[in-house]
Amino acid sequence: MPVSNPPAKSDRTSLSKKSIVPGQQVRLKPGSVAQRTIASVRDEGEQEEDDNQWEAKSLLKPEDQLNLTEVELKEEITRILKANNPNAPQNIVRFNYKEKMYKLTPHVEQLAIHFQMDGNLIHKDSEEAKRQMMTKKEETSTETEQEEVKEVEVKPSADDDDEEGGKKTAGKDKKLTNQFNFSERASQTYNNPARDRFTMTEPPPRSNFSSNATQWEIYDAYLEDYEQQQKSAKDQKKSTLKAADKQKVKKTNQTDQADDMLKVSRSAKILERMVNQNTFDDIALDFKYYEDDADEFRDQEGTLLPLWKFSCDKAKKLSVTSIAWNKKYSDLFAVAYGSYDFLKQAKGLILLYSLKNPSYPEFIYYTESGVMSLDFHTDYPNLIAAGFYDGTVAVYNTADSSQIAKYSSSAKNGKHTDPVWQVKWQKDDIDGNMNFFSVSSDGRVVCWTLAKSELLFTDVVTLSLDNTLENPDGGVVAALGCGTCFDFNKQQDQIFLVCTEEGKVHKCSKSYTNQFLDTFDAHHMAVYSVAWNSFHPKIYLTCSADWTVKIWDHTCKDPLFTYDLGSAVGDAAWAPYSSTVFAAVTADGKVFVFDLNVNKYEPICEQVVVQKKKTKLTHIAFNPNYPIIIVGDDRGNVTSLKLSPNLRKKPKEKKGQEAPKGPEYEIPKLEKILALVRDPETSAKP
Amino acid sequence: MSVSEVEETIKRITGHKGVIGLIVVNSEGIPIKTTLDNSTTVQYAGLLHHLTAKARSVVRDIDPQNDLTFLRIRSKKHEIMVAPDKEYLLIVIQSSDSNLAH
Repeated sequence: MPVSNPPAKSDRTSLSKKSIVPGQQVRLKPGSVAQRTIASVRDEGEQEEDDNQWEAKSLLKPEDQLNLTEVELKEEITRILKANNPNAPQNIVRFNYKEKMYKLTPHVEQLAIHFQMDGNLIHKDSEEAKRQMMTKKEETSTETEQEEVKEVEVKPSADDDDEEGGKKTAGKDKKLTNQFNFSERASQTYNNPARDRFTMTEPPPRSNFSSNATQWEIYDAYLEDYEQQQKSAKDQKKSTLKAADKQKVKKTNQTDQADDMLKVSRSAKILERMVNQNTFDDIALDFKYYEDDADEFRDQEGTLLPLWKFSCDKAKKLSVTSIAWNKKYSDLFAVAYGSYDFLKQAKGLILLYSLKNPSYPEFIYYTESGVMSLDFHTDYPNLIAAGFYDGTVAVYNTADSSQIAKYSSSAKNGKHTDPVWQVKWQKDDIDGNMNFFSVSSDGRVVCWTLAKSELLFTDVVTLSLDNTLENPDGGVVAALGCGTCFDFNKQQDQIFLVCTEEGKVHKCSKSYTNQFLDTFDAHHMAVYSVAWNSFHPKIYLTCSADWTVKIWDHTCKDPLFTYDLGSAVGDAAWAPYSSTVFAAVTADGKVFVFDLNVNKYEPICEQVVVQKKKTKLTHIAFNPNYPIIIVGDDRGNVTSLKLSPNLRKKPKEKKGQEAPKGPEYEIPKLEKILALVRDPETSAKP
Repeated sequence: MSVSEVEETIKRITGHKGVIGLIVVNSEGIPIKTTLDNSTTVQYAGLLHHLTAKARSVVRDIDPQNDLTFLRIRSKKHEIMVAPDKEYLLIVIQSSDSNLAH
């Protein structure tokens, strides 16, 4: 369907149409050689529809369009079209060889060819075409549509596409809607269906955390922080020592595994005591609370209540040779084990027991030779001096974990040649060195001083006998007495007593080592023990194998009291709480307790405390704080006994006054009794 | 004190009259040494670990400078003794029948 010549408006439409149409044509520059293609009927119909659509659409205005007034709209803008190619160079200069100078070329070709193609099509109006058409009409008369080809050469125009677009030459048979013939085709395709894809991922792990900060946790944290601050301050000062520290850390790491069990060692020890406390609950209660009510009806006599029995498998065949309470820890005592039998000498033992654990000793020291004596240091509760059957003396330190003695005497430094029967710590000497004394059967009393690394010895007294033996050759052999025991006066510690196997008691002084101050013919047999009274500075007692215990005044030659106990008396000791009470143990297994204040002639308690017959009691010791004594026998057992109230009678309390205590009271008490003994003598003499 | 001595002490405790069992528990409440059967051990360890922690908390809440040193639980049948160390708990269960004898 042919369309009439487009008006101005339609011209615009064709322009807009052109701008819409995609493809090659858009890219054609104005003034280019355009090609008119065949337009079908259908195409043209569509074209008109498009035009109508455009008219409807033209009402829409872009938002940013300038709003022009009527006057402005009507204003005529003159445009001048030129045939000049804007891209053509304007001032070309060429070198002129003839004139040998540059010359401006005045004429530049303005023709621009944008597209050129030689076609095999022929113009409709040409002669050739006419001829061809004639022949074709003859052949195919039914064919109505004809193709029209046109070739147009458009002169380039600088700025007006529209005008150029409008220039066309219409064919005679057909008129085209616009300058470019084209076909438009469209088809509906299926939309690709939208698809959603999901993947489930594992949720990130979650955990709830909650915590309470208690007061003490905060306290701990602060304390730790404070310690670290202190530490870092120290580290800065001692940065040089760091290397050493690191080594230590390494070492501790290595021993970590072994430490695992060590960490519970303390707890284990405590628990062992607790278990013992539970098993020996009744005994513990007796120890603390039981007072024999029967004492009230017995008038004067008292009893001994057996408490714990301390025995150890390792000490089964040995006899107790010495017992000593620790001076600081009143529940701890040491027991020396050895043998009194000359033919059955074996190894020895030192055991330290605590009342808190009667089933097993706290410390065990194995010794090569039998231990004959020991003593705790007064000021250093961890030091034990011990004397052995082979004549050595040694010092053990319980604070060290080692089994080996800290100090030990040897043949080089004045070792005794016979068993050491007693050792005793003394106060530190002038230089502040610790020292102890020992007595042995070889007749020497030796003072041992603990120097930094060795024991230094000083012979204090040599126990020479009065009746020196004469050799058949006429020479004189100095016979020596066999020392068995000694004790220092508690008030004047330079004075001490040494007893011998011959039954003599020598009063000596540290100041005069060559001679005795006095000598008493105390016993007929070996003196086993000598002890100064706890309060009275002049009174001492001795006990002997001749079955007797004697009480002496060191200024008198004769004993004040003599008690025959019917068996060899192994040991005797003054009570720490009273000046008039002392106890003795005998070889027939009896413990005797005397209170001179109550009865000067008979013991107030005589009790067999061993279970088996023929067991000999060897030693006894009063606890410094509690009303108990421990006795050792020759079968390796130690028994603790509680003294009944009658055996530790205290002075009667006066109304409104505290019970008198201490030496101020105790000395006169003993003095009063002694006066009764002395007076008849002194009165009898004159 | 060497490891062997500790072992010996533990052996002595276990051999003591009336002692039913001994358990060493670490700080996480896991028994590392025991003389009881497995289920009993686990039960004792778990429960006492909590109780001890709570008991310590009580003592320390009252006075942060104070600390729990021991825990004894007396029951009709047993006495449970707990020694809370820094890193370990030492638990001993002793029958209280022997104690009732006197």
